[in-house]
Amino acid sequence: MSTLSEKIWERHVVRRAAGEPDLLYVDLHLVHEVTSPQAFEGLRAAKRPVRRPDLVLATMDHNVPTNDQRPEEISARQIDAMARNAREFGIRCYPTGDPEQGIVHVISPQIGLTQPGMTIVCGDSHTSTHGALGALAWGIGTSEIEHVLATQTIWQTRPGTMAITVNGELPAECAAKDVILGIIARIGTAGGNGTVIEYRGSTIRALSIEGRMTVCNMSIEAGARAGIVAPDDTTFAWLEGRPYAPKDELWERAVDEWRALATDADAAFDREVTIDATTLRPYVTWGTNPSQSVTIDQRVPDPESYREDGQRDSASRALRYQDLRAGTPVRDIAVDAVFIGSCTNARLEDLRAAGEVLRGRHIKRGLRALVVPGSMRVKKDAEREGLDRVFREAGFEWRDAGCSMCLGMNPDILRPGERCASTSNRNFEGRQGPGGRTHLVSPAVAAATAVAGHFALPSDLS
Amino acid sequence: MDPVRRVAGRALPLARANVDTDQIIPSHWLKRLERTGYAAGLFEAWRRDPSFVLNDPRYRGASVLLAGPNFGCGSSREHAVWALRDAGFRAVIAPSFADIFRSNALANGFVPVELDARLVEDLIEAVRMDPSTEIVVDVDRRTVAAGTIAGSFALDDYARTRLLEGLDDIALTLRHDAAIAAYEAKRPEWLPRVR
Repeated sequence: MSTLSEKIWERHVVRRAAGEPDLLYVDLHLVHEVTSPQAFEGLRAAKRPVRRPDLVLATMDHNVPTNDQRPEEISARQIDAMARNAREFGIRCYPTGDPEQGIVHVISPQIGLTQPGMTIVCGDSHTSTHGALGALAWGIGTSEIEHVLATQTIWQTRPGTMAITVNGELPAECAAKDVILGIIARIGTAGGNGTVIEYRGSTIRALSIEGRMTVCNMSIEAGARAGIVAPDDTTFAWLEGRPYAPKDELWERAVDEWRALATDADAAFDREVTIDATTLRPYVTWGTNPSQSVTIDQRVPDPESYREDGQRDSASRALRYQDLRAGTPVRDIAVDAVFIGSCTNARLEDLRAAGEVLRGRHIKRGLRALVVPGSMRVKKDAEREGLDRVFREAGFEWRDAGCSMCLGMNPDILRPGERCASTSNRNFEGRQGPGGRTHLVSPAVAAATAVAGHFALPSDLS
Repeated sequence: MDPVRRVAGRALPLARANVDTDQIIPSHWLKRLERTGYAAGLFEAWRRDPSFVLNDPRYRGASVLLAGPNFGCGSSREHAVWALRDAGFRAVIAPSFADIFRSNALANGFVPVELDARLVEDLIEAVRMDPSTEIVVDVDRRTVAAGTIAGSFALDDYARTRLLEGLDDIALTLRHDAAIAAYEAKRPEWLPRVR
């Protein structure tokens, strides 16, 4: 009588004692250049080795330029530190220029390192992405990174459990992104605090692994520690044959074990939410947190329509920051830039969805448009399909892999006052660069918006 | 990590909900390789507004931050805690915290005080009326007091002990090395090892 996440948790308890959190074993530790240098420095100062370098994978993604320019000096120092730390501590690292380099949450599933039933941590809040394959995966801080490097374990208080069940067929032009934006609009940015969200129901089952990754990725935007989907035939078919997936007899044994992870029929969740997928529409965020969204058919809301003081203040602040007027139809909002990328929406399926809209079309004159594949492998696969030509001919820049314009810490930033339709995960003030204004959307809506110059659906285009 | 038994000092009434870690410390500060030196980055964008409360000289030297619910949401960056600490803060009082921010705070001997929303509002009101109001956070007793306002806050026993004793987690965990090795010996053989 346990839920999926509880079963994984129980299988990883190294030590349990009254009055203490559990000490959990970590099956995979993903590392990137930005949140790890102080952790390696701590190990050096205490003369501690990395306990299991064979369970650690590093890459460079946050800070790296995604075109042929060189990183400025301070970023270069951090990139060099990652390479040096990996060498010194015996950790495999995919540096820039490597055919396996990419956004940490894109590369690990792609090579089959992310598998059902595993515990995975990374110094990045979007580690929840890996839950799409039935792994229990969550983001940690730098002190915890140091702890995991030294011990391969982590102290954790047991989270609560939350079931979000989405049933029904997704309406036309709705994507996985709209499922998660719809969920966050409903439960709020703190709706999942202290819990692991298990996504269930026919809509989730019908999503591809890539779509499930988009959903699990933004669990943190609902405040959850992690998001997870029970491994099923879709998961096994996706994983089989990838470089790190078990083979032959081990594969058979693993699949049996993975099937048994599903939440028991009589298990109870601390909280349950049910959503009817047939009521969803493509979403566009208007505000400065990911719950401040409406569907593309709606208007920018009036802050006075919020009954709660905090929400009303926050909506007024957001409209001021975003330079929007209450009552404006979403389709009337013009954008200056479009960004297709990030650990939320930069996998092959996302690029195909955007490419489909852009084929034979051109972006609005004067608009800046970037497409940044999630990994060098995604880039290569997309080029094999000719997607690079579709994007280039439409007026997009076709980049190398990295976090790019998701977070404003590499050369790709918005200028103050610029407005961007973005497939990323956060619309916080200044997230894409100081003074920049972000609207979160799906890849197809981002592409249609690039063509129209204002928010649009593919079906709005002539 | 230095032990922390008590935080006593004046407070800054930030009073905003969903303060995300991108606001606490913008991402370009994350290019640094150090654990200190983040004070100038704290609320960097909001500070450009002269009327922002952190620019109000009456609150200079505050060691307690008063904020709305879901403080520290968003990115996992521990730099958010480092920036608050470098700017002289030792505790944040809010009705609720994002999970990762809370863990990061505890790992740095920085006190996340989760207090009933009405009491947080009373404290904000008191500090706005009189910026010299002293707030006392007692970690040992899990209480907050300021003049006639008093309340207790939630903090689990383990977190409390860690703060009071300033424990080094890694040294503590390495005492369980035998248990870790025993666990490792029975992990399923299909689990991947990075090549």
